[in-house]
Amino acid sequence: MKVNDYIQFVVFVSSLIAITPPLGSFMAKVFGGEKTWLHKPLSWLESLTYKAAGVNPNEEMTWKKYAMFFALFHFVGIIVLMLFQMTQVWLPLNPQNLPNISWHSALNTAVSFVTNTNWQGYSGEITMSYLTQMAALSVQNFLSAACGIAVAIALIRGIARRSVGTIGNFWVDTTRGTIYILLPLSVIYSLFLVSQGVIQNFTPFADIVTLEGHKQTIPLGPAASQISIKMLGTNGGGFFNANAAHPFENPTPLSNFVQMLSIFAIASALTYTFGIMTKARRHGWILFTSMLTLFIIMTSISLYSEYTYNPILSQNAIMEGKEIRFGVFNSILFSSITTSASCGAINTMHSSLSPLSGGVAMLNMMLGEIIFGGVGAGLYGMLLFVLLTVFIAGLMVGRTPEYLGKKIEAPEMMMVILAIIAPCASILIGTAISVTTPLALSSLTHKGPHGFSEVLYAFTSAAANNGSAFAGLNANSIYYNLMLAIVMLIGRFIIILPILAIAGSLSQKKYAPPSSGTFETDTALFAILLIGVIMIVGALTFLPSLSLGPIIEHLMMIKGQTF
Amino acid sequence: MKENKQNPLLDSKLVIPALKQSFVKLHPKVQIKNPVMFVTLIGAILTSIYVLFNIGPGSKIFELQIALWLWFTVLFANFAEAIAEGRGKAQAESLKKTRTQTMARLVTDNKESKISAADLKKGNIVICEAGDTIPGDGEVIEGIASVDESAITGESAPVIRESGGDRSAVTGGTKVISDLIKIRITAEQGKSFLDRMISLVEGAKRQKTPNEIALSIVLSGLTIIFVLAVISLKPFADYAATAANQDLSSIVTVPVLIALLVCLIPTTIGGLLSAIGISGMDRLIRRNVLATSGRAVEAAGDIDVLLLDKTGTITLGNRMATAFLPVTGITETKLAEASQLASLADETAEGRSIVVLAKEKFAFRAESLQPKEVRFIPFSANTRMSGIDFQSVSGEKNIRKGASDSIKQHIQSIGGIIPKDLDDIVDNVAKKGGTPLVVAEDKEILGVIQLKDIVKGGIKERFAELRKMGIRTVMITGDNPLTAAAIAAEAGVDDFMAQATPETKLNRIREEQSIGHLVAMTGDGTNDAPALAQADVGVAMNTGTQAAREAGNMVDLDSNPTKLIEIVEIGKQLLMTRGSLTTFSIANDVAKYFAILPALFSSLYITQGDGTGPLGVLNIMQLHSSQSAILSAIIFNALIIVALIPLALKGVNYRAKGSSQILRRNLLIYGLGGIIVPFIGIKFIDLLISTIGLI
Repeated sequence: MKVNDYIQFVVFVSSLIAITPPLGSFMAKVFGGEKTWLHKPLSWLESLTYKAAGVNPNEEMTWKKYAMFFALFHFVGIIVLMLFQMTQVWLPLNPQNLPNISWHSALNTAVSFVTNTNWQGYSGEITMSYLTQMAALSVQNFLSAACGIAVAIALIRGIARRSVGTIGNFWVDTTRGTIYILLPLSVIYSLFLVSQGVIQNFTPFADIVTLEGHKQTIPLGPAASQISIKMLGTNGGGFFNANAAHPFENPTPLSNFVQMLSIFAIASALTYTFGIMTKARRHGWILFTSMLTLFIIMTSISLYSEYTYNPILSQNAIMEGKEIRFGVFNSILFSSITTSASCGAINTMHSSLSPLSGGVAMLNMMLGEIIFGGVGAGLYGMLLFVLLTVFIAGLMVGRTPEYLGKKIEAPEMMMVILAIIAPCASILIGTAISVTTPLALSSLTHKGPHGFSEVLYAFTSAAANNGSAFAGLNANSIYYNLMLAIVMLIGRFIIILPILAIAGSLSQKKYAPPSSGTFETDTALFAILLIGVIMIVGALTFLPSLSLGPIIEHLMMIKGQTF
Repeated sequence: MKENKQNPLLDSKLVIPALKQSFVKLHPKVQIKNPVMFVTLIGAILTSIYVLFNIGPGSKIFELQIALWLWFTVLFANFAEAIAEGRGKAQAESLKKTRTQTMARLVTDNKESKISAADLKKGNIVICEAGDTIPGDGEVIEGIASVDESAITGESAPVIRESGGDRSAVTGGTKVISDLIKIRITAEQGKSFLDRMISLVEGAKRQKTPNEIALSIVLSGLTIIFVLAVISLKPFADYAATAANQDLSSIVTVPVLIALLVCLIPTTIGGLLSAIGISGMDRLIRRNVLATSGRAVEAAGDIDVLLLDKTGTITLGNRMATAFLPVTGITETKLAEASQLASLADETAEGRSIVVLAKEKFAFRAESLQPKEVRFIPFSANTRMSGIDFQSVSGEKNIRKGASDSIKQHIQSIGGIIPKDLDDIVDNVAKKGGTPLVVAEDKEILGVIQLKDIVKGGIKERFAELRKMGIRTVMITGDNPLTAAAIAAEAGVDDFMAQATPETKLNRIREEQSIGHLVAMTGDGTNDAPALAQADVGVAMNTGTQAAREAGNMVDLDSNPTKLIEIVEIGKQLLMTRGSLTTFSIANDVAKYFAILPALFSSLYITQGDGTGPLGVLNIMQLHSSQSAILSAIIFNALIIVALIPLALKGVNYRAKGSSQILRRNLLIYGLGGIIVPFIGIKFIDLLISTIGLI
């Protein structure tokens, strides 16, 4: 690594710290129902939405009602998205006359975008019409992100409220999240991207003659508007198949830097929002610090591995598959960020990462996307581990566990365990079935540990609702489309429903004021403990599978063996 | 904390039945209650089947050893529970014997025999005569008697109980004052506190406490995760073997995977969980405290407000004279002498303390007085004074002592003068929390005796400790606010309630609870019952009324109000032990992975000439062979349960400190220790078994 790389990393982390408080307190205001400066120009849109949808914005919901609407909203979203894809040839804004999409691919894509996964079994530019991209996929980019934020806010309310039993209004939370946070940010962001050279048009693909005299078709389209939200909303679904490695999506070093920052922006700010809304600001920063520490550890391992001498190729850092314009460092940083957050946008081929870097990318996702994580998802995922930590370690101070004044008892722990097991189970079972099914194995490009990683990565990415691909796995088959769709649904619902149940249960509880005998959650010791629990639970679950994939591949590479 | 009887941890009288119980408890019906150990049991059965019927390619001698150690793991866990149970029961039984039991005069076939009240059955007929305590709830079937029911009702006037009609019901614990009655027992015995307590230390009948249930859920969750991780490992291994063109089927066998599973699931805490709970109860019994539910003990750990009665808990029982404060013109000696004379016949503790103080300060002795010349004036409600009249050299003298108002009135009525500084002295004493007694000789007021509550030695430090633990102490007293404030300050309590009545106590508890506090209190009177019932932990004194004992969730047989503090500590220690062993158990997994993963996969992609394949580097403990590594891990896993039984029974070391200090300490010992210890242990066992050639 060069000095330049270290400076970049410091600049990145400092920028992240700098944007967290302002964005976080703004979100706290929006979801707390306070007026912000954006209400003047935009509040008409909010009230119009309520009127059009027939929603009473003053209604408070129990967790069950909140969850019901959440599920309903997802179900309708999946249907609408499938319809768009399966009828696009008859709809406008399809200058290339792209054909309708097969039912299983449409289902997979619909589930993928609705669950904020944005796993793409297809190549965007040669599959989806402009209308499908804009009206269906981009819209879901907003909505799935808004839903994720809403769930996090509902959980925060559950923790903050005392003896109430309601956790807010699903429609209000998603509407406010979209109108006051996602929409204004992405408009400005899109303009910035266009200024950097990202394209935004409806023209048909351009046929050009290259310098060598070959004919080439250059795909075009309304990319900037989709890219801004794919990053902000940690969706990650690229307009083009090459995603952020495509010069039309990510043209300059500055756009690359801002895109990386924007992936973490909302997730990071939510820790601050959490601190304000629960009146536990120090604890909010402890959550932020824990996430940042994990991020730095993971990225360091990844960078170390990437810059380790590769005896097979007699080289240190290998450029194959990396983002050549931005260099190895920016490729690795991007890969670490996109897998830490459940974004899944990529500027480098993850299959080309050194074995351990690929392993880190997987581990980032396996831990449950809690290193900043997806918008909303990162925070509530982290809070699952916080509850687990509080439960185990809280006993050690001689009191029954409590978190921010709320007793943590059997019903909450049941839900915490369910939400932690569900994605683990889907990854392990999904991979286990696939590596024993010849049909599934036929999609692999590589054999040996790397082929194993391809499958493991796919299921990990789907269960974590990340959406990035290892590449190499031909996933657009009925088998993978269906399996991964199921896993994505589990990864979304079997986490969010328990989370809402926890929110509901906590909101009913009495608040116990802290004393010097209370287990402290706003100290460095707690951050260390939290990281320890995450690493032990997360890593121990996946150590066997990782050792048969990336770890053995890395060890063989060092010995100069290949497979 | 002082303990009752210090049984050695492993008494042979307890060990032998416990060993037997370890096998009895293998019954699946018992095991299913503990999911972690149930999975281990299934693993043991499956492995045994693999060995017995010679299934699979693995070495049977090796698998037999795995099976044996899996059985041992289950048995060790059973043993831990059985020994805890045995200790608890032995303690409860000995308590039963040593307690003075109410004896009942049982009538069977017109013959009378004496049995313990606890052994009475429903329908038994007993005789009670004047002076007997009624042994149990029942109905008078013959005779009429007056019964003192003050123990229940607080009403001191005896009531009439007779056969027939609606005055036939009698309550256990009340006392017959006159005559003789025959009573048919109507309430089933065995619902007594002691019996309930014994059922709390019996593993099979024991109900899990709320936190234990929550912890079981977490442990079951971890078990499920590891079951998935291990089951999926088989297809992963098959895939890897195929890709490497190798055959791992004789290494990655079902018994080996079961061994891995049992190593990973939290068997340590799973095996000791119920022993920890039972021994918490046992520790209570050792301090002569009986609890009605395990829930109460857990709640004790969470208590953050203690309501303590002033008298007996914070101060010694009675007020004592602490100073003689003469008015201007009178010497202290004169005042002391007069005070002593006035108190000679005063048999109250206060009176005696005056005599003692005078003796200590001025070496006075009242022996020179001739009994003939002396007339003692006892305290009367009318004059509210006491004193002495006697013949001295200078003629008859009348000394009086009493409350300031009464003495002042008395002096004015006989034409004396009230000294100007008297009121100041009196007020001063009151302000400092004392009670002023004014002493007068004839028409002259001599001064004031200061009576004060004596705060128990060391109690202030105790409260400071409690404060560090986050527990607030509130002193309850019937005194006026001024006196109460002074004593509260002296004792170092955080708050006080003056002029407390049962109603204000109850309201205070409700108030504290409504803002999220958990409150513990002690009480003995019937009028304490509502407050005892409302408190999260209500400790009734054994000397208290039946109503109070029923309302609370604990009874202190020693009737020592200070016990409350120990109860809180026992609760905390119980929770700490649970948390620490859970942490230890989970932290252990790191080392076990480093033992078993290389054992399974070190030959994967092995190249000729190399000792091990790429994953051999994970064998950081340099264990002897694959088989010895697996066996060492499983042996360590079983033995650590046995090694930790004493800790589970005794509880982790408890110190009254703030939460962060406690956490740091326990984390260092059980968290970091939990990571390091198995590395050492497994390596040691590996050396041992490879040296003696088990493998």
